[in-house]
Amino acid sequence: MERGAVLGRLTWQLAEVVEVVAETARVRSLALRVPAWPGHRPGQHLDIRLTSDDGYQAQRSYSIASGPEDPRVTITVEKIDDGEVSPYLVDELRVGDRVEIRGPIGGYFTWTATDGGPLLLIGGGSGVVPLMAMLRHRGASAATVPAALLYSSRTYDDVIYRAELERIMTADRSARIVHTLTRSQPAGWTGFRRRIDRDMLAEVAPSAADHPLAFICGPTRLVENAAETLTELGYAAARIKTERFGPTGG
Amino acid sequence: MSTGFISRGFRGRRAAAPDASRLPPGQHLDPGFPVLSAGPTPRVPLEKWDLRVDGKVARPQRWTWEQFLALPHETPRVDIHCVTKWSKLDTNWDGVSLDTILEPAEPIGAYLIAHCDGDYTTNLSLEDVTDGKAWIVFGYEGDPLPPEHGGPARLLVPHLYFWKSAKWVRRLEVVDEDEPGFWESAGYHMRGDPWKEERYSGD
Repeated sequence: MERGAVLGRLTWQLAEVVEVVAETARVRSLALRVPAWPGHRPGQHLDIRLTSDDGYQAQRSYSIASGPEDPRVTITVEKIDDGEVSPYLVDELRVGDRVEIRGPIGGYFTWTATDGGPLLLIGGGSGVVPLMAMLRHRGASAATVPAALLYSSRTYDDVIYRAELERIMTADRSARIVHTLTRSQPAGWTGFRRRIDRDMLAEVAPSAADHPLAFICGPTRLVENAAETLTELGYAAARIKTERFGPTGG
Repeated sequence: MSTGFISRGFRGRRAAAPDASRLPPGQHLDPGFPVLSAGPTPRVPLEKWDLRVDGKVARPQRWTWEQFLALPHETPRVDIHCVTKWSKLDTNWDGVSLDTILEPAEPIGAYLIAHCDGDYTTNLSLEDVTDGKAWIVFGYEGDPLPPEHGGPARLLVPHLYFWKSAKWVRRLEVVDEDEPGFWESAGYHMRGDPWKEERYSGD
């Protein structure tokens, strides 16, 4: 087990929003300048705390989207319509605003280049966020460990980081990005058009004989099914790491 | 804890009374029951399932599934609080009190480590799991506990953050000293009292 992810006390600090990127109609990335960021490992998350003028507070956790090499700390937030915190982060917060954060948190669902691979990343919807931190770190550290991302989205317009993923795919022969679009597909779409299943994993996932390291993040059903299928395909349970992520409580 | 900072334009959506008074600091209500686990859901056939109490005890114990189900049942109705910030009120469980499970073993040590299928562990003090405060449950809302929620059986320690309510529990090892388990080794609090907001190490 990986240890020591959180060293000492995690204190709240004020971070400043320095850039806002609209990823999709419902998803925004917020790049934060954090004065005393202790560094993080790809896959970790941070806590955000909002305080209203009468002292009421709300807290949520968000995966970190940036790699540790990036001087800014970026989170990517999907707006949950009846949510409390995500609509504020997506619709209200703008460059120059400040927000209270603490982190990094979580020492298990993490990958750094020295952990090796081959790497299999499976994401559903905004579950791609911590996986993107891993890919960004992999790129920034010029790691050559083979990586495959299998990414399930509802529609083409719901694909987060679409252009950046295309660039990674084009620039890096040892990285493979595979999309599946479950609800609708643009004209001429030649990729997968169904939920992640056994046949898809058998086609995309590195062979169990190569002792891959798998990270799965998304809605419960996707995570449960993918983890169980990888086990059936011979993956060691201890090398399948999961994280639930999705529209709950946002 | 507060820095005096106010989030511009944030109004918030408070839980209505009386629910608000049942929410520990930093928690919000979740109508669903999110599933959080670190790896694949283990599948152990019931005929191979057993539960053991051992370590620093006078009389180690072991129950098969049938023997475990034959122990006296309780039906706790409790609020649960996950460290990832969601809480769920009035959840109904079927299970066996840890008093019933630990008493025949005559514990000598003051702490225990819960060992689970999937190699998960968590640490608890005996004080936190005795006197009607904890159970091993096999039923949820009238149905068998689903595997993704820890079935066939999980710990239920509702007065601590829910990661302490370890899924797929198989063995309670009584020990002399408090030793960190899986999440406690990864930066989470050793005890995890939601009312004191003991989320992370150092809180």
